Amino acid sequence: MEKIILKDIPDLDKIDVYISNGGYSALKKVLTGMKPDEVIAEVKNSGLRGRGGACFSTGMKWSFMPKGNEKPKFLCCNGDESEPGSFKDREIFEKNPHQFIEGSLIAAYAMGIQAVYVYIRGEYWKWINIMEECVADAYKKGLIGKNILGSDFSVEMYVHKGAGAYICGEESSLMNSLEGKRGYPRVKPPFPASVGVWGNPTTINNIETLANISEIINKGSEWFSKIGDPKHPGTLLYGVSGHVNKPGVYELPTGTPLMTIINDYCGGIKDGKDFKMIIPGGSSMPPLTKEESLTMKMDAESLKAVGSAIGTAGIIVMDEDTDIVHVLQRITKFYYHESCGQCTPCREGCGWMLKVLDRIMDGTGRHSDLDLLISVAENIEGNTICALGDAAAWPVKWTIRKFRKEFEAKIKDENIELPVLNKVHGLRKSDEYVSIDTNENILVESLIGKVQEITVDENLKRYSS
Amino acid sequence: MKTQEYTPLFDESEMQTVKMHISKYPKPMAAVMPLLWMIQEKYGWISVDAMRYVGDLLSIPHDHVLGVATFYSMYFKKPMGKFHLQICTNVSCMLCDGYKIFNHISDKLGIKNKEITPDGMFSIEEVECLGSCATAPMLQINNKEFHENLTIEKTDELLAKLRNSN
Repeated sequence: MEKIILKDIPDLDKIDVYISNGGYSALKKVLTGMKPDEVIAEVKNSGLRGRGGACFSTGMKWSFMPKGNEKPKFLCCNGDESEPGSFKDREIFEKNPHQFIEGSLIAAYAMGIQAVYVYIRGEYWKWINIMEECVADAYKKGLIGKNILGSDFSVEMYVHKGAGAYICGEESSLMNSLEGKRGYPRVKPPFPASVGVWGNPTTINNIETLANISEIINKGSEWFSKIGDPKHPGTLLYGVSGHVNKPGVYELPTGTPLMTIINDYCGGIKDGKDFKMIIPGGSSMPPLTKEESLTMKMDAESLKAVGSAIGTAGIIVMDEDTDIVHVLQRITKFYYHESCGQCTPCREGCGWMLKVLDRIMDGTGRHSDLDLLISVAENIEGNTICALGDAAAWPVKWTIRKFRKEFEAKIKDENIELPVLNKVHGLRKSDEYVSIDTNENILVESLIGKVQEITVDENLKRYSS
Repeated sequence: MKTQEYTPLFDESEMQTVKMHISKYPKPMAAVMPLLWMIQEKYGWISVDAMRYVGDLLSIPHDHVLGVATFYSMYFKKPMGKFHLQICTNVSCMLCDGYKIFNHISDKLGIKNKEITPDGMFSIEEVECLGSCATAPMLQINNKEFHENLTIEKTDELLAKLRNSN
């Protein structure tokens, strides 16, 4: 299989090696022989869909940008990549940075962009340095700046370093962060193509999306549209982590069977074990059970059919001995930590879900907790400005639905639960439970979280009085 | 705007870098993140006075700078150890014993999450995914170098190396 992005050429990250392997020829081709509209049409025809998770048609997104130059226009390249389980952009920065730069320059030409901002997460210190060097090299060769390659097209490119906020991977939040504000997502509409960064028309594209552009221009949209699944063409950078023998980033066509990736490329599950659960596209995506995984093809449409999504193609594999409740608790802790705090359902809901999962992990969970978790998740989903709320709700909702037995096993079976009259807080009937443990003492857990230990006799008095 | 005079936190050559950062964006406010990074690089952390200084440099309200500095988790609002160890425990690292590494370091140094050793050498923090999932478990030092594919032995070696480098 021919690779589009992670080619097997040594030192491709050096600008001279890249140019001697045909690099920047696509940029030359568009500057000398193609009108901006023709470039957009070519990208649209290729069927390229965004690689950031939403899978929206890239050509379509570009065509939303207003024509004309009344206002300056901006392109933001989203290299925030903070989704747990996703580490593909890092691979592009390291192995083929110039192909990404070339792609963003072509995008800038197609949309009449004045400045390109490459937003990279602050943790990627090494890769930020690499990119700054690469951009400087491209400036020196006259590939960025004024009158690129003797044409009348000029564009500037800057690297912007983030500072550790997952939410800044959301496009409107990224724009606020770039403006020097807290990374709060914005309400849409207005969409970035009309009111974006500094109030100007803006397009935000994922790094991997832009890295595909130059090959589409060089080899044509028809060539690209024939790779992989027809509805979601091209290759994906599958980042596999967790319990596999050879974790890593593998570039393969869309629609590659999940089992092929895990068995043929990743060398199977560690220690010859079986697997229990696979998250197909970064931690926010609904997980797959073993049965679903066996026949799953990795493309947007196939995953959509089972209620999951391709996301960033970050595959997390869990073997048969994995504690699913612990995994969900850790995922929820992440979203609780990263919620920006703007919308109440997400800010409060993530905390509630974490509290309930914590107590299930501690062994003090109740049987009603599982439905409570699903109910909280459903009240977050769709009720927030950005998709972080959904990202926090989906794993909770779907992991419990698909792996309910795992959760029930954590809730002690020997406990008998009886609703009692709430004597502590007056006479109303509450959802307080009395559970009898082995020492025949009774633990009364009140809603305010206080645990009182009383003897059976005292409890009988409570009942009879 | 200026309410108080401060000793400048940047020297002449650093002021050139400040100007370069401001020139990258249409509005000076956008340079607040690069400037906070510069402060942290030089002083190790960002004090409230430093936030005021950055606000004055960019002619933006001091509380805006405070708001930005407190929103982003990589800006340290208090001094950290000379070697700030950021250990990832998110899903992929957790599956590959990330917590084992975290607890080992915590026990060995005798400090808990976000604490500093009495000699000021080390501080540890449990951090979220650093994009190193295929090479888990891992840790980052001072927001910079990644140390990947850790084992207990490799972690011990690393700690000894850091201690000796002083």
